[in-house]
Amino acid sequence: MAEKRSKKLVQGNEACSEGALYAGCRFYAGYPITPSTEVAEILSARLPNVGGKFIQMEDEIASISAVIGASLAGLKSLTATSGPGFSLKQEGIGYACMAEVPCVIVNVMRGGPSTGYPTGPSQSDVMQAKWGTHGDHPVIAVTPAYVQEIFSETVRAFNLAERYRTPVLILYDEIVGHMREPVTFPLPGELEVIDRVKPTCPLEEYLPYDTEYEIAPLAAFGEGYRFHVTGLNHRADGFPTNDSKLIEKGIKRLTGKIENHREDIWKNEEYLLDDADIVVFAFGSTARSARYSVRKARENGLKAGLLRPLTLWPFPEKAVRDAVVRAKAVIVPEMNLGQIVHEVERCACGVKVEGIFRVDGEPINPRQILDVIEKYR
Amino acid sequence: MPSGAVAEKKTKSSVPFDYNKYLRPNKLPHIWCPGCGHGIVLKSLLRAIDKSGLAKDQICMVSGIGCSSRTPGYVDFNTMHTLHGRALSFATGVKLAKPGLKIIVTTGDGDALAIGGNHFIHTCRRNIDMTILVYSNAIYGMTGGQFSPTTPPGAMSTTSRYGNMEPIFDCCELAKAAGATFVARGTAYHTQELERTILEAIKHKGTSVVEVLDQCPTYYGRHNKFKSATQMMEVIEKEGTVSVSQADKLPPEKLKGKLLRGILYRTERTEYCEEYRKLMEKAQQTK
Ligand SMILES: Cc1ncc(C[n+]2csc(CCOP(=O)(O)OP(=O)(O)O)c2C)c(N)n1
Ligand code: SF4
Repeated sequence: MAEKRSKKLVQGNEACSEGALYAGCRFYAGYPITPSTEVAEILSARLPNVGGKFIQMEDEIASISAVIGASLAGLKSLTATSGPGFSLKQEGIGYACMAEVPCVIVNVMRGGPSTGYPTGPSQSDVMQAKWGTHGDHPVIAVTPAYVQEIFSETVRAFNLAERYRTPVLILYDEIVGHMREPVTFPLPGELEVIDRVKPTCPLEEYLPYDTEYEIAPLAAFGEGYRFHVTGLNHRADGFPTNDSKLIEKGIKRLTGKIENHREDIWKNEEYLLDDADIVVFAFGSTARSARYSVRKARENGLKAGLLRPLTLWPFPEKAVRDAVVRAKAVIVPEMNLGQIVHEVERCACGVKVEGIFRVDGEPINPRQILDVIEKYR
Repeated sequence: MPSGAVAEKKTKSSVPFDYNKYLRPNKLPHIWCPGCGHGIVLKSLLRAIDKSGLAKDQICMVSGIGCSSRTPGYVDFNTMHTLHGRALSFATGVKLAKPGLKIIVTTGDGDALAIGGNHFIHTCRRNIDMTILVYSNAIYGMTGGQFSPTTPPGAMSTTSRYGNMEPIFDCCELAKAAGATFVARGTAYHTQELERTILEAIKHKGTSVVEVLDQCPTYYGRHNKFKSATQMMEVIEKEGTVSVSQADKLPPEKLKGKLLRGILYRTERTEYCEEYRKLMEKAQQTK
């Protein structure tokens, strides 16, 4: 008899933990913080069962550092945090970008700035996700909106990290992080799981940043390829360089390796968008309200549609451009004071863009969005 | 070491030690100033590694940021130059992921005890198997000579223009109190003794900390009116220290103001990865 998929009522943070295990994650380092703590709690129980490693570090800086170390030793690695902890991890995220170390960082967004509103939802870290670490660097961030989707997007986040040798951020908010929904767990093999490409060349010929490749194979420490890793600008062999030509080439390759593959990284849900002249652009839990508002608007005779990015970074420029062709207006609800709205504006080809913002720790409800849609009747 | 060929006569044997066996000669010359202690410490470290019998593939050397933290770039192991202060956290990740690797961390007094102080004490507390070499030159060398947590009170630096007003951390006392199971001190002056001390540290299972007093003639030396690197070595490293084996025999007044050299503390306690292995067994039984 074929193995049956199990179905369970679970919380977003649990779906994330299970998704990580499905993707082959075998290392977690973290420091507790609401509303992400359940990821650590669950993995502290689950990882030892499957021969994986869990460690509670002394802070978030130590956690991201240990994650990078473990990844270089060959394990798929994860850390999860929120608000203040995400701020602390920024320098480490930049190191992972620069040294091209695959890893996954979950940020369950809560209200800020500072300690802010630990138990309230927010979407105010989306620009920090893009620009939080210093310097020009590539960023991939995924934004699931449903508990089932947290599972599958966590698997996708690991796949992208491994494929592109880069840190990948999973951004969801407190609402979906703590919400319970039924999740059907896919069987092994049902979802694609990608592992990093390892070198096969003779030991002495290995270059960890070989420019012959767009994304060079990555060896693991302790397996014969004795290589060097640094956060300094480096050459193909991984050693520091002051050569201005090589520095420029290196930084451009770093950002280019993501930019050139945006089509592969982008993922959107389009709902009633084909003939829509009022486009709602929403992500995460806000998109759940937006979807409902769009359906209601259609019932009221308005041609509304939803564009929901599952990949927020790199920004879905093409999808926005395509969606605004017939549009009179684009509405961007987000739980912050207006962050992604500016990205949408940049791609909206002059079409009117209106934001709906909320920072009181309450979700944006369908009524709020519907009222704005109605304005464009 | 500009030519890349480094050789030194051993005291007891006539066969010169082949440093090139462990160096990456094409990555030399190194960045260190003439007279800097960091290169001397590296030589003792490489001789100790040779005596330990560890294969190059088995060793992972991790550092933070600073002059001392440039060490991994010159040696032919699995090597990682990380973030200022975070070497021990990166190293913890590597070790837990691959317990078979021998981890050696080369870090500065600023890297280990200032920005990395929290990671230092928690690494010692866990007793995770790694050898931590703190290159203690009482200054921030890389950034141009600011005072560090080991700069003595009264000493001059580019940010203590009226004499340092802060007390110091005693690296060894701190390591011991935090739970390190092997604590030692050496100097760049006593190279043979340092080699023996590091070898013992490497052989130890658990967190081993070796504070190595060495000199930064460029900044600490100049700002504190030392005439040369050798004078610094004589005053700070030779006259400023006493070997633990002799300390017992000396009257208290002769020990005043001197730091002890040698293995200061050694004990046994379950190592972190070993403890984790047991935890995995327990978890898998109760699955
Ligand atoms: C987060 C961060 N802060 C500050 C610096 C600048 N910085 C680089 S090395 C260093 C001090 C190095 O001193 P130490 O660790 O004692 O090593 P030394 O250079 O003396 O060998 C500082 C402050 C940095 N690289 N990163
Ligand atoms: S600045 Fe000081 S610590 Fe740095 S290399 Fe020169 S002498 Fe050594």
